[in-house]
Amino acid sequence: MTAGFFSVAIGVFTACGVWLILRARTFDVVLGLTLFSYAVNLFIFAMGRLTFGAPAIIVEGVPPTLAHYADPLPQALVLTAIVIAFAMTALVLTLALKGRFVNHGDACDADEEETVVEALPR
Amino acid sequence: MTDHWLVVPVVLPLLAAAVLLLVERVRPAWQAPLSLLVTVAVAFIAFRFVAAAATDQIGVYLLGNWRAPFGIVLVLDRLSAMMVALTAVIALASLAAAWRLSARGPHFHAFFQMQLAGLNGAFLTGDVFNLFVFFEVLLIASYAMLLHNAGGRALRSGLHYVVINLIGASLFLVAASLLYGVAGTLNFADLAIKLPMLPEWDAGLARAAALLLLVVFGVKAALLPLGFWLPETYGSAPAPVAALFAIMTKVGIYAIVRVSFTVFGGSDGLLAEWGPPTLFALGIATIVFGALGALAAKRLIALIAYIVVISSGMLVAASTLGPAALGGALYYLVHTTLTVAALFLVAHAIAEQRGQRADRFGSGPPVSQPALLGLLFLMGGVGAAGLPPLSGFIGKVLMLQASGHAPFAAWFWVSVLGSGLLATFAFARAGGSLFWKTHGVAIGSPMHAGDRAALAMLTAAGLFWLVGAGNATQYTAATAQQLAQPRLYSDAVLQHAPVPPAAGIPP
Repeated sequence: MTAGFFSVAIGVFTACGVWLILRARTFDVVLGLTLFSYAVNLFIFAMGRLTFGAPAIIVEGVPPTLAHYADPLPQALVLTAIVIAFAMTALVLTLALKGRFVNHGDACDADEEETVVEALPR
Repeated sequence: MTDHWLVVPVVLPLLAAAVLLLVERVRPAWQAPLSLLVTVAVAFIAFRFVAAAATDQIGVYLLGNWRAPFGIVLVLDRLSAMMVALTAVIALASLAAAWRLSARGPHFHAFFQMQLAGLNGAFLTGDVFNLFVFFEVLLIASYAMLLHNAGGRALRSGLHYVVINLIGASLFLVAASLLYGVAGTLNFADLAIKLPMLPEWDAGLARAAALLLLVVFGVKAALLPLGFWLPETYGSAPAPVAALFAIMTKVGIYAIVRVSFTVFGGSDGLLAEWGPPTLFALGIATIVFGALGALAAKRLIALIAYIVVISSGMLVAASTLGPAALGGALYYLVHTTLTVAALFLVAHAIAEQRGQRADRFGSGPPVSQPALLGLLFLMGGVGAAGLPPLSGFIGKVLMLQASGHAPFAAWFWVSVLGSGLLATFAFARAGGSLFWKTHGVAIGSPMHAGDRAALAMLTAAGLFWLVGAGNATQYTAATAQQLAQPRLYSDAVLQHAPVPPAAGIPP
């Protein structure tokens, strides 16, 4: 049940993320990347198997097997992934802002000469 | 050789990057010499690595002295040593080209060292997650170097590059965690042991992870459906950055080779059935795409970018045709990296001397150094097309000879030889247009001393690779043999004993 709910959440995040990434506006792409990275972070977490109330650090008296503990490695991985994704999102946002002022628009598809760029409020 | 040397090519540039940020504030003139000093030191260590790896010893460094696979490891085998040394040569040339102030942006040297650390780390690391981390390190530095002062069009193509690499990074994480989920480890050596023992259902998931990794590395290596970002991005990079980027697609190639051989066991591992055919087909398609792109290019820099695409396809296709072809491919990899880096520098020099026309084909003012640039352009063109007498020809002959008995060898022969022919046409047309179809008088100033030094260095390295072809092909052939026996790698890493605690200190 929990696993099903969890995987549906990952699926919804991924679907929304991919849909937004495929749109030709920088802001949507950035949002899409963020949602996609949420999905990825949840996925990494799930790869350590979903456990409830289990400590990640070995406690005296409890046998040291994964049946009694949460796997600490995916937690460490997800932390690294979050930090990197956060930095990258900040970078893309800076680029998107700069692009908006240089190119006077938010469109980001390849053939910009042909694209009619909607005027954005200054 | 003490094992601590292994971590120096990663740590020293990282440290230098931090110091350079401070130096930039206080003594801006010291940045370039300091950066050069560090890069020379790294190059020196890299060549010692090659000498050490040539003895067929696999060097292992346990970070924090944790035994593999529990801690993370750096591993130095023949392939890693070769790639680190190649990176160092390209970095030295790029740094020489960046010697003058106008060729670089703010914090250039700090980012440059960061990128060097990322590249060396990616080549030396022994586990999947650190490969991801070092990819991000080298990418974030490359974004910054690519995009400083970029306006309009360059900004947009840079944004494409950033976004596609971010998507690649997310897929990389999915693949890495999937591998962890089924095998319980991320260490290359440990994965190589555990993957063949998986039950069929988990093996399917591992194959899915491998395919995702292929997508990620395909983005880096500019394989066909994933490489459309490359010509635009390389076209908008400043000269020294473009020269350094010559190594960037090779990181993707390295990762493909490393993962498919060392981790997935090459031709008798999990991917034996459909891994090589997929890579082979993608490689051939990439060659065709690159060759057509080279013919259609309207700018010299775009033409060179398509040469990069062709070489990527060729290397990936050849890597699936057995150890002998892989050895030839590795020889060709070094050749093409040096050639492309030099060509980017030549193209930017030509663009600078032609004023407004830049590197676009068509009538324009003559370059002010036709003899020097013409000769360099000729050498670059001959090298890129893989014609005799330069080392590209030797690499192609080795790959073609070795591919003789493979089932689809004809495809490989036709695409390799055909792309060489088309590249020759493209370069002939480009040269005629740039050097002969001129009007007016030369307006450009001659090449800067830094650019000349960089080109001299790359030419010397290329000639060394040609003259020393006997030893070089022996080295690359032995590298391919080593890659074909992933057991050697696994044993070296997993049996490496941690340093015993010093006397008097409790463990």
